[in-house]
Amino acid sequence: MRFIHDFTLVNNAKYAADVSVLTLQNDSDLPQIAAGQFVEVRVDNTPGVMLRRPISIHDVNYSKNQIKLMVQNVGKGTDALCRLAVGATLNVLYPLGAEFPVPEQGKQPLLIGGGCGVAPLLYLGRCFLNNGITPCFLLGFRSMSTLIETKTYSELGEVMITTEDGSVGHKGYVVNHPVMCSETPNFDTIYTCGPEIMMKAVAKYAEQHGMECYASLENRMACGIGACLCCVAPTVEGNKCTCVEGPVFNSKYLQW
Amino acid sequence: MVNLSVDLGELLLKNPVMTASGTFGYGEEYADFLDISALGGIIVKGTTLHPREGNPYPRMAETPAGMLNAVGLQNKGLFTFVNDIYPRIKHYETAILVNVSGSTVEDYVATAEKINELKAIPAIELNISCPNVKEGGMAFGTNCSSAFSVVEAVRKVYKKHLMVKLSPNVTDIAEIAQSVENAGADSVSLINTLLGMAIDVKTRRPMLSTVTGGLSGPCVKPVALRMVWQVTKAVKIPVIGLGGISCASDAIEFMLAGASAVQVGTANFIDPTVTLKIIDGIQEYMSENGFTTMDDLRGAMNI
Repeated sequence: MRFIHDFTLVNNAKYAADVSVLTLQNDSDLPQIAAGQFVEVRVDNTPGVMLRRPISIHDVNYSKNQIKLMVQNVGKGTDALCRLAVGATLNVLYPLGAEFPVPEQGKQPLLIGGGCGVAPLLYLGRCFLNNGITPCFLLGFRSMSTLIETKTYSELGEVMITTEDGSVGHKGYVVNHPVMCSETPNFDTIYTCGPEIMMKAVAKYAEQHGMECYASLENRMACGIGACLCCVAPTVEGNKCTCVEGPVFNSKYLQW
Repeated sequence: MVNLSVDLGELLLKNPVMTASGTFGYGEEYADFLDISALGGIIVKGTTLHPREGNPYPRMAETPAGMLNAVGLQNKGLFTFVNDIYPRIKHYETAILVNVSGSTVEDYVATAEKINELKAIPAIELNISCPNVKEGGMAFGTNCSSAFSVVEAVRKVYKKHLMVKLSPNVTDIAEIAQSVENAGADSVSLINTLLGMAIDVKTRRPMLSTVTGGLSGPCVKPVALRMVWQVTKAVKIPVIGLGGISCASDAIEFMLAGASAVQVGTANFIDPTVTLKIIDGIQEYMSENGFTTMDDLRGAMNI
């Protein structure tokens, strides 16, 4: 069941130069939200912005009826969202899309994020922890200036960082990190979200090592509920809507 | 007391608000948000004889007060519609129309003939105006003789209400409307999307994989309204207005210009419940302004 609810913005925190984390509070109880699902937020009073903006769910706090959205300022719509003042009302269509599947018992997942794509991995890690699996994060950024506040991730499990210029953590891309170069990897399932080029490299690694890899896509979309067919991704079974059959796909299913 | 029902001749609508093809799926996508049976009608996604994968991604770009799409009639085909989808949706107590498209006259005819057998489908909307397919689609609807031919051929096999959806990408939409009326159409719906394009200046690449696509949303409303007004003066069959309708006053404008009913499209993406608000708003407007039937409102523009 999906809903349209008005939320109140209770906090707007800057996590990086162009990334804000919005904390939204609902008056009523939240529906069950799975890791990997997203919302479609209506952007009001913004010239040139008509369609809702799809944003992945960064975190959920059921006891406070709060959800967090990590928003990167990449255009007029997200710029307006990043500038919202506490107290603003946001009309939210949610929870949308398919979730990250829970790993089988005994599996050791690695959660690989790039840039603002780290967003859904926090709630995924929290869900894993609630299921008795300690998450391990590998997060890639361009440089220290684009690094996102990772303290909340460290509270859940180990965090490894790469930056392209080496200003923080290991120098290089996520696939260059020593954990990905070991001949005996200490993980066996990958969950990833970030730039498509990074996810493709990660999927290739998973394929070479015979691991399952679940990738979360962020295709441009209009409706978010499988009606407009704008957000399709090519799969082994033809074009599939990212909004209802994704955003999370098994990488083996994708033809990208 | 206001009566919102509309008689299109063999097609009765409980109210004048329908949903436009390609923006409302098969209705079931929206069932979490509204009672589908409260609508005047739903027009399901363009259906072709054989399944179609549509165009490659990217297929959509937002533009000022509108959006471009180049979906290209992705659908699961007639067989899957009839066997899997129809049984799931036929219980909706609303007029369910199937938007029928094709690459050849034979495709249109075969699809229409099969849908004629479906009891819960009282009408089809013949799509001779899709701008996003290489073959067929708009090619039929931008020329009087080809529009006449395809409608005439479908008319022979389709016995229920035949609505024909017109393209705005023509010099004179009224003469196309007259051609399809002469070929036996029971009503016309207009407008389909306007051909447009957008370019990303950073990458210098087109925003759509197909370069051009169909423009919809509030930005097209004045064009659509003008065309509806022109067509209602040119034909005797009912005209269904669509193009950028986002609120009750938009819908009322179309009916004042002469439309018998309206379709709501792109606005469903922003507010999945917008159709219900439009129905309520029309009712309120009519009672405030002394209109009791939809016939009273139709064409009531003061010039």
